[in-house]
Amino acid sequence: MLQVPVREKSNGAGKATKAVILVRIQSHFSLASSSRGPHRPPELTPFRILQVGGPSRGTRFRPLSLDAPKPLFDVAGHPIVWHCLTAIAKVPSIQEVCMIGYYDETVFKDFIKEAASEFPNLPIKYLREYQALGTAGGLYHFRDAILKGRPERIFVLNSDVCCSFPLNDMAKLFDDRDAEAVILGTRVSEDAATNFGCIVSDQHSRRVLHYVEKPESHISNLINCGVYLFSVDAIFPSIKSAIKRRADRPRLVSYPSSDNLESSFIADNDDDERKNEIIRLEQDILSDLADSKQFFVHETKDFWRQIKTAGSAVPANALYLQKALQTGSKELAQPSANILPPVFIHPSAHVDPTAKLGPNVSIGPRATIGAGARVKESIVLEDAEIKHDACVLYSIVGWNSRVGAWARVEGTPTPVTSHTTSIVKNGVKVQSITILGKEVGVGDEVRVQNCVCLPYKELKRDVANEVIM
Amino acid sequence: MKALILVGGFGTRLRPLTLTMPKPLVEFANKPMILHQIEALAAVGVTDVVLAVNYRPEIMERVLKEYETELGVKIHFSLESEPLGTAGPLKLAEGILAKDDSPFFVLNSDITCDFPFKQLAEFHKSHGDEGTIVVTKVEEPSKYGVIVHKPNHPSRIDRFVEKPVEFVGNRINAGLYMLNVSVLDRIEKNRPTSIEQETFPAVVKDGLLHSFDLDGFWMDIGQPKDYLTGTCLYLSSLTKKNSKLLCSPSESFVHGGNVMVDKSAKIGKNCRIGPNVIIGKDVVVGDGVRLQRCTLLPGSKVKDHAWIKSAIVGWNSSVGKWARLENVTVLGDDVTIGDEIYVNGGSILPHKSIKVNVDVPAIIM
Repeated sequence: MLQVPVREKSNGAGKATKAVILVRIQSHFSLASSSRGPHRPPELTPFRILQVGGPSRGTRFRPLSLDAPKPLFDVAGHPIVWHCLTAIAKVPSIQEVCMIGYYDETVFKDFIKEAASEFPNLPIKYLREYQALGTAGGLYHFRDAILKGRPERIFVLNSDVCCSFPLNDMAKLFDDRDAEAVILGTRVSEDAATNFGCIVSDQHSRRVLHYVEKPESHISNLINCGVYLFSVDAIFPSIKSAIKRRADRPRLVSYPSSDNLESSFIADNDDDERKNEIIRLEQDILSDLADSKQFFVHETKDFWRQIKTAGSAVPANALYLQKALQTGSKELAQPSANILPPVFIHPSAHVDPTAKLGPNVSIGPRATIGAGARVKESIVLEDAEIKHDACVLYSIVGWNSRVGAWARVEGTPTPVTSHTTSIVKNGVKVQSITILGKEVGVGDEVRVQNCVCLPYKELKRDVANEVIM
Repeated sequence: MKALILVGGFGTRLRPLTLTMPKPLVEFANKPMILHQIEALAAVGVTDVVLAVNYRPEIMERVLKEYETELGVKIHFSLESEPLGTAGPLKLAEGILAKDDSPFFVLNSDITCDFPFKQLAEFHKSHGDEGTIVVTKVEEPSKYGVIVHKPNHPSRIDRFVEKPVEFVGNRINAGLYMLNVSVLDRIEKNRPTSIEQETFPAVVKDGLLHSFDLDGFWMDIGQPKDYLTGTCLYLSSLTKKNSKLLCSPSESFVHGGNVMVDKSAKIGKNCRIGPNVIIGKDVVVGDGVRLQRCTLLPGSKVKDHAWIKSAIVGWNSSVGKWARLENVTVLGDDVTIGDEIYVNGGSILPHKSIKVNVDVPAIIM
């Protein structure tokens, strides 16, 4: 039954590999007013590979994605997608990185330029999708570009994932088992598992026996991290046959429930998607691979988080900063009485010596932190100003925003094991992380708690548990 | 002259402060509440003060003993074995109040105002009748018992109307009286009696009760919210009088005036304090602290960069760095608020340590 393609045995480290980063943005809803012109949000797919794209326009990352594409949002001092690149750069055999996404080319121009100087041995190219093709459809669409240079295998990374990306471990498993596909998995709590793709594997061989995307009932708490390594001989034929299948019969959409409402909505309502035969790795490819291929799972014990909502940038920031601390990164600020590590301070930021920062704080370029201010578990973006004696906890302070003297901008800590960024307060679901969009002003002594504030608002009175339009 | 102060019981309305300190000794503007009254009485020549209490903590007697000599006043404790209402305690203290024929003062202990005892005594003497009630004008008389005068008489009381639905007047009983000894004959022994609802109506019936208008502020400070409002009124009146008790507005940290700081207190750099702030004995305020509309009771500590508005910080309590207290938060004795903690309307019982936010008003046991 199982057909193992005959391939040359070669030293895994030397196997020609590409990486594809999918830089799509989340969701298929069209933006009422897109700041990026008439096109859909770009989705980037990986070539040896990086997927920079989420599903569509990053609406779930609002209000921050109103002003910057999510993959380029800074966590721990670097764009989200930069963290993927760092991991890819550590794989010796990578020939090239393709970013596949729906964004306009100009969006990534500067980033790719900077990345080229930072990762001189890593050619990076951006492949722009003009219509949403789905994660697998995008790969297939750009197969010629991806297969150029004859890579034997490709890494595919979703850019909205925050993790340690143990790509070399995955490659080792790939070689050891003579695999056709390796997926990165992690264990989550039982109740969180059904929000993700669930993997059933043979404990011993680590072979993937069964894969279901967002099941309605409990199947496994080993979930898909959105990071894959595929043999090109396996993945492209699989996608091709999925496309053929699709032509023969329409995709079954799971019955809507409160848990999968969003995904069923997308599938049901996006006409473009039907027309264009969107093929997604998760729904359309992985379960077939589990049935018929040499498909294995590498289970990471290291950190893993999705970066979906804007609030999830705060835990992602914390995890990447902690990783930087553990690896002795020189980028971090020196610990002191007023710097509780890990803290990242951009060299152009101005932080008063009496301000207390950390842990898990990133201060962006040209940001100003006043005397006696306190910043903890937060991201302060470019050109933001925190005035004296203000207190910022579990929050994101947007570009150019100002927080007044003695103001308090505060979110609520969520448990480390939690994969959501909302909490229930007095019976109402609110954002745990407080987010100030671009150029928001918080008056002196004003308190902002568990709020999401859209760009260009002035907050003059205390607010809590609200979205401020 | 003689006076009786109705102190009453455990001061439950002012908990958590009164869990560890008898209410009369709780400081108001850096002075035990009852001392404001005793001093005002002593100033007009009162020599005997009866404190009508239904419990008698040792500490209260000890503290007040010290003031007896200082003020030249004899302080008597009159202990009810069972609650006697607002009139019963007068009868119980008859031995002292009726030791001579001169009229005596009666006052509720929870009142702050500019005590007008001298003018009250003069007015009482001038009309020659049995009793005088001090009255104050209020904006919303429908919440109180209102006094109605006899037609064509400026002070003789015709009747009381409890919580009037229609406007009949805006003067209410301020809880300060001057009464002739004969009033005691109207009160039965050992029966709980209300002075407002039984004794006064009887005097009114005989046309022998007058009202006396109070000038200036008046507040019942028996519960935390009103205690804070009373503080604002009291400090404003001191400002009006250019009182030396207040900090000079030229002091760098004073913001908006009405700030009273005990001379033993320490204030850090770059603070912004005021308006309406009272800082007690041995209090330590750190750097960059913002205080408004609050009282810091003796021995408390507010650490750097904290922000406090509308709060009472109890004795020996500590407020952490970047903490924020607001919306009538009351800390009992020896409470610790952690760094960066937010407390919204919390009543924190003594000896508690608060390490998570109190987001909505709550009593923390």
